[in-house]
Amino acid sequence: MAQASGKSAGGSSFGRWGVHLAVLFFVALWTLPTLGILVTSLRDKDQIIASGWWNSFVSSSQTVDGRLAASDKQTQKGDKFVIEGNLFEGGAVREISAFGTRSRNPTEFPAGTVADLGDGETLQINADGSYVHSSTKAFEGDRGQRVYFASSAPPKFTTENYRTVLFSEGIGRSFLNSLTVTIPATIIPIMIAAFAAYALAWMRFPGRALLIAVIIGLLVVPLQMALIPLLEIYNGVGNLFGVPSKTYLGIWLAHTGFGLPFAIYLLRSYMAGLPRELMESARIDGASDFEIFMKIVLPLSFPVLASFAIFQFLWVWNDLLVAMVFLGSSADQLVLTGKLNALLGSRGGDWEILTTSAFITIIVPLIVFFSLQRYFVRGLLAGSVKGG
Amino acid sequence: MLSQLISAIVVIVVGVGGCVAYFWGANKLVDLIFPSRGVKGAAAIDNLRRQGLVRPWLFIGPALLILIIYLIYPVINTVITSFQDKSGEGFVGLANYQWAFGDAQFRNSILNNLLWLLVVPAACTFLGLIIAVLTDKIWWGTIAKSLIFLPLAISFVGASVIWKFVYEYKGEGQTQIGLLNAIVQWFGGAPQVWISMPIWNNFFLMAILIWIQTGFAMVILSSALRGIPEETIEAAVIDGANPFQIFWKIMIPQIWGTIIVVWTTITILVLKVFDIVLTMTNGQWNSQVLANLMFDWMFRGGGDFGKGATIAVIIMLAVLPIMIWNIRQANKEGGL
Repeated sequence: MAQASGKSAGGSSFGRWGVHLAVLFFVALWTLPTLGILVTSLRDKDQIIASGWWNSFVSSSQTVDGRLAASDKQTQKGDKFVIEGNLFEGGAVREISAFGTRSRNPTEFPAGTVADLGDGETLQINADGSYVHSSTKAFEGDRGQRVYFASSAPPKFTTENYRTVLFSEGIGRSFLNSLTVTIPATIIPIMIAAFAAYALAWMRFPGRALLIAVIIGLLVVPLQMALIPLLEIYNGVGNLFGVPSKTYLGIWLAHTGFGLPFAIYLLRSYMAGLPRELMESARIDGASDFEIFMKIVLPLSFPVLASFAIFQFLWVWNDLLVAMVFLGSSADQLVLTGKLNALLGSRGGDWEILTTSAFITIIVPLIVFFSLQRYFVRGLLAGSVKGG
Repeated sequence: MLSQLISAIVVIVVGVGGCVAYFWGANKLVDLIFPSRGVKGAAAIDNLRRQGLVRPWLFIGPALLILIIYLIYPVINTVITSFQDKSGEGFVGLANYQWAFGDAQFRNSILNNLLWLLVVPAACTFLGLIIAVLTDKIWWGTIAKSLIFLPLAISFVGASVIWKFVYEYKGEGQTQIGLLNAIVQWFGGAPQVWISMPIWNNFFLMAILIWIQTGFAMVILSSALRGIPEETIEAAVIDGANPFQIFWKIMIPQIWGTIIVVWTTITILVLKVFDIVLTMTNGQWNSQVLANLMFDWMFRGGGDFGKGATIAVIIMLAVLPIMIWNIRQANKEGGL
């Protein structure tokens, strides 16, 4: 902060406004896309395609065409033949502002006026959709008169999309599947990595330096390098014991394996930074390595364990590749990311389904992220800046 | 459905319990076999030494076993498979590599990957640095940073849906509900089908990754900027340096190491990018990248493991220099 004020002392108030505006621009660019799907997921299905989400708080207006009832509905009133009815019969009620009978001029007459169509024919369409079409001659033909009208609907927000997606599109089930994959795959590596990290940080043994080098190397190995042989192993094990090769156990172990290098690296660099005197005085008191680890190192390492847990949780929850390779695509194994990918293929233009599903997919990471941001940032700094 | 959650909970209990039991039990066993308490003199020292030899391997054993099965063996095996045929049985020498460089789709992927490598790490680092500097100067900087950081928590698939909606195209005469086309239309331009324009569609896909990763660059660089000793900046101010000189000549050189770390981290991520391309275009309209091509070959027509492995090895070769640099760096800093 002091450093910032030192710099801005030279800047004009124009420059200060520039900074505010620039940051505002970036913030808008980074939040609007997400806001878009959140707002859209809460909108009425018909309104989503009628107007952009940024217009969702104002009435949406559109010009469409419709047909009046056919001639068999006509009644004779005095010397006139009359067809009465409502354009919104059975459908959603919108407010009509203007109407017309020619496509070139679809909003020729304001709603409520009696339009003279010539030849003794008149048409009145009211704001609520009711109409009176009358003529001095009897109506003919089995198709009604075509009309055009501009109508607007008040903003309509609904949780209907969420109900549809959760219970009939299978997202609810996939949500459970994602939880099933994520929770064990987050917890199992922690224990295993913590012991290994302690050994690499505080125990002397031949091959230690090599092991650390291997783990730093494995940190950047692309997942793609592991997929084919693992798929072969899983298929082999499946055939050998007559069990399915795509199981939750399989993916838990796979995620554990892929998460371990980072876990060990992160935990080791943190544990190596703990004060040496602490271990030494405990050792003099006769504590074994096991006791030192359980009673001193593990409790002190809580922040870094939390950091890793958040990382692993987000990584597993957001993963698509590992889930596609090691889990099946049936309803009882399809995780949220896989389901969303499938929906993109099958429900391409149905934005009420896609945006709602996407929001359900990202809401858990967002909650985790916002509530535990401190640990997340700490892990990020320790994990990528060497020795940080 | 419920049984699935129960089995997950059982796995957690059994897994964690098993780990605890293993570590505790193995530790006790060592104490029993090589007792150091209750024995005297040389024997106790001898046993302590033996304990010291065995115990590290007990601690590290489970991790090592899993790493060997899930990473070390597969990496070696993938290299071997890349010299084998479709089913991974017959040896075909360099045929897969020859195929790769003759294949139009593969060459397209390589070119696209290079484009991604040139643009994404640079854009993320540059934007991250700018935002870090700017947000440091204003009172609501922390909130701004949180919001820009937020996409980092969103999955690639989720981000793809978010951006597909931004890029959405509706036919001529219909209301444009995609933000980008609406803006283009507002400025008087004609709406476009952004993700099917060859070459340019790459940039629209890259925008997604940049949107996700800028927050990462920003947080790391922001913390590095705060680590710059204030005296260096004060001295420059006294010497009459303008803000741009301070930025380029005083601040940048001091955080250069961090910039490289950010750059390489994002580079590795770019090489592995898969989800975005799969969900947005699945490689259509010349937007294919290596990771998605590899996935494609793994399962296409029953799967060609030889070609899939070849593509994986090529991704690995690209990562290798960074890997070696990382290890040497850790070595230099006395981490080993």
